[in-house]
Amino acid sequence: MTTTTQQSKPAPADNAQAHLAAFDTFEKGGARRFPAWVNELRRAGISRFTALGFPTRRLEDWKYTNVAPISQLPFKPAVNPMPVALSAADLARFAFAGLDGSRLVFVNGHFVPGLSAISKLSVGVKLGSLAAAMSSDGDIVKQHLGRYASATDHAFRALNVAFFADGAFIYVPKGVVVEEPIHLLFVAVAGEDGTAAHPRNLIVAEAGSRLKVVESYVSVGSAAGFTNAVTEIAVGEGANVEHCKFQDESLGAFHVATIQSSLARNSRFTSHSISVGAQIARHDINAVMTGEGVECVLNGLYVASGSQLVDHHMVVDHAQPRCASHEFFHGILGGKSRGVFNGKIFVRPGAQQTDAKQTNRNLLLTDDATVDTKPQLEIFADDVKCMHGATVGRLDEDAIFYLRSRGIPHNAARRMLTQAFASNILARIGIEPVRKQLDEFLQSHLDAEIRAVEG
Amino acid sequence: MSDSDKTIEQFVQSDYKYGFTTNVETDTAPPGLSEDIVRLISRKKNEPEFMLEWRLKAYRHWLTMEEPKWPNVHYPPIDYQSIIYYAAPKSRKPGPKSLDEVDPAILEMYRKLGISLQEQERLAGVAVDAIMDSVSVGTTLKGQLAEKGIIFCSFTEAILEHPDLIRKWLGSVVPYTDNYFAALNAAVFSDGSFCYIPKGVRCPVELSTYFRINAINTGQFERTLIVADEGAYVSYLEGCTAPMRDENQLHAAVVELVALDNAQIKYSTVQNWYPGDKDGKGGIYNFVTKRGKCAGVNSKISWTQVETGSAITWKYPSCILLGDNSIGEFYSVALTNNCQQADTGTKMIHIGKNTRSTIVSKGISAGRGQNSYRGLVKIMKGATGARNFSQCDSLLIGDKCGAHTFPYIEVNNKTATVEHEASTSKVGEDQVFYLNQRGLSTQDAVSMIVNGFSKEVFKQLPMEFAVEAQKLLGVSLEGSVG
Repeated sequence: MTTTTQQSKPAPADNAQAHLAAFDTFEKGGARRFPAWVNELRRAGISRFTALGFPTRRLEDWKYTNVAPISQLPFKPAVNPMPVALSAADLARFAFAGLDGSRLVFVNGHFVPGLSAISKLSVGVKLGSLAAAMSSDGDIVKQHLGRYASATDHAFRALNVAFFADGAFIYVPKGVVVEEPIHLLFVAVAGEDGTAAHPRNLIVAEAGSRLKVVESYVSVGSAAGFTNAVTEIAVGEGANVEHCKFQDESLGAFHVATIQSSLARNSRFTSHSISVGAQIARHDINAVMTGEGVECVLNGLYVASGSQLVDHHMVVDHAQPRCASHEFFHGILGGKSRGVFNGKIFVRPGAQQTDAKQTNRNLLLTDDATVDTKPQLEIFADDVKCMHGATVGRLDEDAIFYLRSRGIPHNAARRMLTQAFASNILARIGIEPVRKQLDEFLQSHLDAEIRAVEG
Repeated sequence: MSDSDKTIEQFVQSDYKYGFTTNVETDTAPPGLSEDIVRLISRKKNEPEFMLEWRLKAYRHWLTMEEPKWPNVHYPPIDYQSIIYYAAPKSRKPGPKSLDEVDPAILEMYRKLGISLQEQERLAGVAVDAIMDSVSVGTTLKGQLAEKGIIFCSFTEAILEHPDLIRKWLGSVVPYTDNYFAALNAAVFSDGSFCYIPKGVRCPVELSTYFRINAINTGQFERTLIVADEGAYVSYLEGCTAPMRDENQLHAAVVELVALDNAQIKYSTVQNWYPGDKDGKGGIYNFVTKRGKCAGVNSKISWTQVETGSAITWKYPSCILLGDNSIGEFYSVALTNNCQQADTGTKMIHIGKNTRSTIVSKGISAGRGQNSYRGLVKIMKGATGARNFSQCDSLLIGDKCGAHTFPYIEVNNKTATVEHEASTSKVGEDQVFYLNQRGLSTQDAVSMIVNGFSKEVFKQLPMEFAVEAQKLLGVSLEGSVG
């Protein structure tokens, strides 16, 4: 069954030669340290990438996002670990105060044990680098890796499969509760334009387990680096996973990422995507219900200014009956920035008693900011409740008037309302220290934004 | 299978009530498409040179285009060389002056359809420009309209008698380069309606065209052009039916509306082409380009459509809101039953300041029907204070049908307010049970629920059409219960 109607012929990769050559070098060199089955995946990935090429705006899923600036970058995949000149003090500003659990630090996609701290874990919980796990826990990794995030129709995921070197591996056995949130910190250190990191994360939460993960992406330096991340999350029967992603890379950087989750019977998955940084940020957040009774919540907040472009593409695949999904996305756009939203709810034949909701609200702060939103539904079952809504507009004049009539100056009223609009999403984050810090961060960020607008 | 499911089966199996053919000799061109056929059509219609040139340009452009693949519909490839592009009822004398001159068999067919021309002329006060297989058969109430300076005639006649108006407005909203089917239509269109309302005139009656495809293997390519000059008002109705055929027939029409300063056009469609049998055999491919341009300030264009027929419907009546303070409206009920597919919706392009648009779309899917809403709301940079409200609701009846929504919203102005909401629901067992309890049969209950669901759109239709549309919905849905 085709889910979409995009059938344009894929354009060949503009500089596929460079990617092929880079792959060749990698395959003959660094890739030899990985097990043979992984390298087999890689070969499939690179051949898929060369067949697909970089997406063009003729493809429905990329209609509003032109990735030419990424395809035109020189391609320098960071496939081998490099010596890092970062100290724990350099990273302090990226940490969430009060988040005391384990922290794994990755520089250009490579695990750096010296900067990481793994606290005491419950019995059976595995936490560490994926590169290491491919040897130490090969069976588990082999069982899950690449099984959820399909590379067949997505050039960037195919590129990730070809070039990934490391990432986080989290395994929580049956019934185990991991109380403390785990923080994965990805630092892009782009020495030169085109340095490309391809982090690959695998999170497996077995039946009845509980887990909270925070994934943050930041950069040091302002070169035009490229992060192309894929996170696969397998949520077992009755398990509960909360995932929070915070993207604040430098304004010169390019960020493309997929979070793909597979949700078993009666599980619960909550995802938050807070996107503030990068020149172009594209997030694919996909969830597939593989059993009944799943509850899936996808929240998102994107704030952009200048010439930034931030794009969220969601696919919630109700493949099984009696599941609920909710999407709440707010966007705040200033400068000449562009916001793109596409939340697709797909209800398969037989997926009765589906309850799906989708909301996208956008606030335009300036004349030059634009929003392209497409809240899409594809429904093949009848006993369903599906709703979607999208709004685009500026701050409510009545609300501003209300505040002003109570003595609050115009600018302050605007700031209050904009912050409230952002807090609506942040309030849904269940990891308290993260919510608190992001709230503070966005308050000052939005303050600056609104001041810039007001001149 | 539960009882209610059985009722669905029975309901869904009702027959097409407009399936009969009229035996009128037709003068047809050989099948296939070439420059010669385009020349032949133009010659048959005694067209001036500029029309032939326009058609040929369109034909040459069409050759360079590809059939669009993006709609959410599936059908076997169309062989454009096996279609007959021109069929005119042969027995007709050149230009009937009154209904008495029209072939009685044709009049009988209209009577069966329930649109007796005489009756409508006398009782309902509707001027009908009836199109059968692409050539206008008779135009009624023309005299009365002429007094007010309103031109309402077949396209062929308009080309001959008002070439300046045609030259000025033809292709001004839908150029022949617009899309694959619009280009095809521009090359081979055989007839249609033309309407011009002069400055400040309010058209006293509802104008109406009745389309019907009769001959086997003929594509119907008609073209409608309505121009409302400054301060004018017109309400236009279009109804469509086709007899039962096993083959799929192609219908690629183009409708262009132009509203100048302070003008208003209301365009209503009830489309009931043959939808194919319950296994999806036969039926009309209804690939239509409809677009209105609010060219002047304070102008308004309102589209209302009730789509119950056709094997495949593919159309997006749109509004280009160019004039400041102009208004675009789109009200739609689309029903797909059995194997019907519909990909329909609208485009609202806000260009002028303080432009407003409203979209209300109601999709009903039953049987194995697939119903898609595809809409675009685009606020251009200069459209300060633009406002849009969209609502698209889907109703599902039975578990094998599908309802899809593809709303595109593109906003380039911060003062714009755009709202979109959509919901999907089914005909609830409790609702049916409640009505059963009060003595209504399940069929009546479903009909009542569906009509209630569609009420917002029906109330936009002119009275006569609203009644017909309600009946049509009841008939098309017979047997479907959720």
